[in-house]
Amino acid sequence: MKSFNFKSATNTKEAVKLISGRATFLAGGMTLLPAIKLRLAAYSDLINIKKIKGLSGIKVSSKSLRIGSTTTHAEVAASKEVGKSISSLAILAEGIGDPQVRNRGTIGGSIANNDPAADYPSACLALNATIHTSKRKISADKFFTGMFETDLKKGELVESIEFEVPEKSSYAKFPNPASRYALVGVYVAKLKKEVRVAVTGVESCVFRCKKLEDALSSNFSSSAIDNVNISSKGFNADIHASAEYRAHIIKVMAKKAVSSC
Amino acid sequence: MANLVGAKIERKEDKKFLTGKGRYTADINLPKQTYAYFVRSPHARAKITKLDHSKAMKAPGVIDVFTGDCVAKDKIGGLICGWKIVSQDGKDMKCPPHPVLAKDSVNFVGDHVAVVVAETLEQAKNAAELVNVSYKVQRAVTRTDEATKFENIHEGIDNNLSFDFLLGDKGKTDEAFSKADKIVKLDVVNNRLIPNAMEPRAAIGDYNTSSDELTLYTASQNPHLDRLIMSAFNAVHPEHKFRIVSPDVGGGFGSKINVYAEDVVVAYASKKIGRPVKWVAERSESFMSDNHGRDHVTHAELAVNNEGKITGIKVDTIANLGAYSLVLAAVTPTYLYAPLLLGIYDIPTACCTVKGVYTNTAPTDAYRGAGRPEATYVIERIVTEAAKEIGMDQAEFRKKNFIQKFPHQQCLVHNIDSGDYNAHLDKAIELADYKNFENRRSQSAKKGKLRGIGFSTYFEACGVAPSAVVMSIGSGVGLWESAEVRFNATGNVSVFTGAHSHGQSHDTTFAQIVGDKLGVAIENIDIVHGDTDKGPFGMGTYGSRSLAVGGTAIVNACDKIIAKGKKVAAKMLEGKPEDIDFKAGEFILKNSNKKKTIGEIAFACYLPGTFGDVNSPLPEGVEPGLIETSFFDPSNFSFPSGSHICEVEVDEETGETKLVKYTVVDDFGTVINPLIVEGQVYGGVAQGVGQALYENAHYDESGQLTSASYMDYTMPRADNFPQMTLDYTCTPATSNPLGAKGCGEAGTIAAPAAVMNAVIDAVGTDVQMPATAEKVWKALKKNGSKKAAA
Ligand SMILES: Cc1cc2nc3c(=O)[nH]c(=O)nc-3n(C[C@H](O)[C@H](O)[C@H](O)COP(=O)(O)OP(=O)(O)OC[C@H]3O[C@@H](n4cnc5c(N)ncnc54)[C@H](O)[C@@H]3O)c2cc1C
Repeated sequence: MKSFNFKSATNTKEAVKLISGRATFLAGGMTLLPAIKLRLAAYSDLINIKKIKGLSGIKVSSKSLRIGSTTTHAEVAASKEVGKSISSLAILAEGIGDPQVRNRGTIGGSIANNDPAADYPSACLALNATIHTSKRKISADKFFTGMFETDLKKGELVESIEFEVPEKSSYAKFPNPASRYALVGVYVAKLKKEVRVAVTGVESCVFRCKKLEDALSSNFSSSAIDNVNISSKGFNADIHASAEYRAHIIKVMAKKAVSSC
Repeated sequence: MANLVGAKIERKEDKKFLTGKGRYTADINLPKQTYAYFVRSPHARAKITKLDHSKAMKAPGVIDVFTGDCVAKDKIGGLICGWKIVSQDGKDMKCPPHPVLAKDSVNFVGDHVAVVVAETLEQAKNAAELVNVSYKVQRAVTRTDEATKFENIHEGIDNNLSFDFLLGDKGKTDEAFSKADKIVKLDVVNNRLIPNAMEPRAAIGDYNTSSDELTLYTASQNPHLDRLIMSAFNAVHPEHKFRIVSPDVGGGFGSKINVYAEDVVVAYASKKIGRPVKWVAERSESFMSDNHGRDHVTHAELAVNNEGKITGIKVDTIANLGAYSLVLAAVTPTYLYAPLLLGIYDIPTACCTVKGVYTNTAPTDAYRGAGRPEATYVIERIVTEAAKEIGMDQAEFRKKNFIQKFPHQQCLVHNIDSGDYNAHLDKAIELADYKNFENRRSQSAKKGKLRGIGFSTYFEACGVAPSAVVMSIGSGVGLWESAEVRFNATGNVSVFTGAHSHGQSHDTTFAQIVGDKLGVAIENIDIVHGDTDKGPFGMGTYGSRSLAVGGTAIVNACDKIIAKGKKVAAKMLEGKPEDIDFKAGEFILKNSNKKKTIGEIAFACYLPGTFGDVNSPLPEGVEPGLIETSFFDPSNFSFPSGSHICEVEVDEETGETKLVKYTVVDDFGTVINPLIVEGQVYGGVAQGVGQALYENAHYDESGQLTSASYMDYTMPRADNFPQMTLDYTCTPATSNPLGAKGCGEAGTIAAPAAVMNAVIDAVGTDVQMPATAEKVWKALKKNGSKKAAA
């Protein structure tokens, strides 16, 4: 680990102001610190945002569920409000990493990092989320732009994530046996106006699967998926799974998700 | 007080380990300590064309940088192969030079090239980035089955073949095969594993410029052996001025037997700079540079007659030694492997060849079970196939071929002293409810799962012995063990053992033995190990030898204490030594009520005279003190055996395998502490299941290790396991007075075959280890499963 300055911000404005040169935000540190330790990244300053009041917490209305960016995975998993309004989201959070990771890692850190195998990005896409930042509102469809890349500008802080409360939803994850990130994760949501299906772990960035959405829009049942043909073109292939296997597992997970909606 | 042996006593060492008070090498910090960081090869195979460390030398905090040239100039010897094998043509195996810092070439990713020593670790790491090494990258070979066809990676070692070993009778075996009614054939891969001890390796060299004494703190399973090798072969420091301390060691599984380059280099560097030099492996260094295990490709054939009797076995194996030959690299896939291929079956003839090959991968060596898991996997897979092919129940087929009478001289090497194989198989069948398996299979089918059952009836040979025999077949040392029992004047006991606990719980097991033997409370017995300055020379812990060999040395030393005590007691009780009985800590004069406690006798030994209240003159010819030493060289191995029965459920859609039922019945001879043995079996089975279902060290075509972190190397985890059922049968070993057989590796030896037999039973077609979801899915698809293809 190369040494860096550590600063704690007490409000959003201060946090944003402290970002200059080779500085970055530090939330749970579950992704950032290992990267620094392995010398894959180096920063002059880490700006701790966990002390900022109001960045953490859960608010529900009938239409939406809003989660503050520094809310930990454990808090989401244990939240009664989340369990009532979008239980699939609580289940997703419960399935992230291990207890230590869930106690430190945050939803804001997860989506800002946009790991191609992370779980939350699929929830954002499927639940038509709006990302509230220190500058603006970004729709999830525009937020996740590539591998470890988002639409966030330098010094732009994620403040909260607002999910649309669906009629039905479910997340089915096929974990990578080693890391237990998603080898394939499929989030299915039946929203008021549309059906959305988001897939993670399969390409360089989370994506919506149009074929599955079309099939489920006309018939929201697992049998509707049987005849969908998922092409493995462009899918990730690594020592854990071939592209072909990932394509097969998307269907299996999609069916599982739909039948547990 | 008596009967500590056999009792479920909680581990004495738990308190410190569970409260974070263990003291590992990395916990030690010495005054004026410096930090070492190694520059390692990023390439699998390359020539070093230039090495320029001038920039690094000028970097902040840097004290010195050492390279292959430095160690060569100072005549530091290379790393050695400690047990050399002779090929079938009578020639010695070929070992390439293995310098502690590479001089001209590198041969695997992680090979040690240079070391930077600095005031802080960060400075050492920063400076290491400034060491400029120019490489001429060459094509690399990593695959076991391709090594002999590849260009020579070491000069003078043709076809990358280190040795071509043969064991058995080829002529007789060919004849048996020509008469066989049925020949069963099997091709298996024994996947390469990374040991993953919880504590990464670590070493601190501490040279005292005033006394010329060198101390090396290192996470080792055998500190005395390390010192011997480092003095005699690496020429680091003379043995009498050299102390090696291995404090608490957090697991080894064989990966801490070797003297590693890092051990030699920090010791050397400390002498060069006159300050302590500390190195602690990062986890990625462990993945890259700890010795790996297994990595065999094998073709096996079994000859069977119409009555279901095995009449012969033929096995041809290629064993991947990696880039160099480490201490036990050659014996592991030969003498520790080939004799075990017979399993517990009465097979009249056998022939096994093993080609040891070099590749551009991390060197392999002993890993929990060392050779025996590989052998057990072959024989237990092929007997299962044989039973299937001749249409016989797999338990029946096994029993029909079991060795029934003991001692039994096998046709290859081992003379098995004791066992009762029907007993543990019958018990396991009962506990596993084998007769109702088909019901469970249909229950699973209703849930959409394919259920399978697998057996593994194993034996193993542990406590490699006797010394004269092992040395006659290439071992560089004898494999005896030492003990010193010091009865202190105040009645407590210090026991020094040459064995080394790195998770085996010697502090408790050995104290139980001594407690029973001498009649001393377990709290008053201290087991001391892991420091060459404390006890006598010992050989360390591996190959499930500590209890059978080291425990016996302790028993023998206790016997000497008792014999001396009898002489002293006879004088004090006014009788003859032969009339003194010793029982539960008391010396009793026969046919009298006169007795002395062992504490009183010890006291007398240290105060041999009369003064005030003290009246304990020693008999003539008896020396003061009560300290006895014993070196035990066993007459034979010990041969534990047992039956594992595994059931799995396979998800037909995804290919995922879940372990749903696991039964073990072991015969470990006398069990000293069932609690500890249980722990060894659980851990062993977990590692065996890891090999079967999850673990795999994977190198890509260019020789990069693509499974070099826990993100990519799948370890078995607690939630992968059902509650296991464990039980025992007992036929005591005859080669040691305790009757004990090793238990530390049994689980790892038996489990892979049990699990894979179950997976293959479920899937209905062959699958190689590790049976990952995708591999099983592909096998299902190939086998015509509609669900898998959907
Ligand atoms: C062992 C392990 C297992 C894991 N398993 C999983 C898993 O199964 N599924 C999964 O999805 N994830 C998994 N993770 C990742 C985990 O969810 C991380 O917590 C998450 O990716 C990052 O959150 P964090 O709060 O720790 O962020 P940090 O590590 O603190 O930050 C990550 C990045 O986001 C930036 N950042 C953080 N907060 C904000 C913000 N509010 N606004 C703008 N930028 C911000 C930081 O500057 C940094 O670049 C695992 C991690 C570990 C260590």
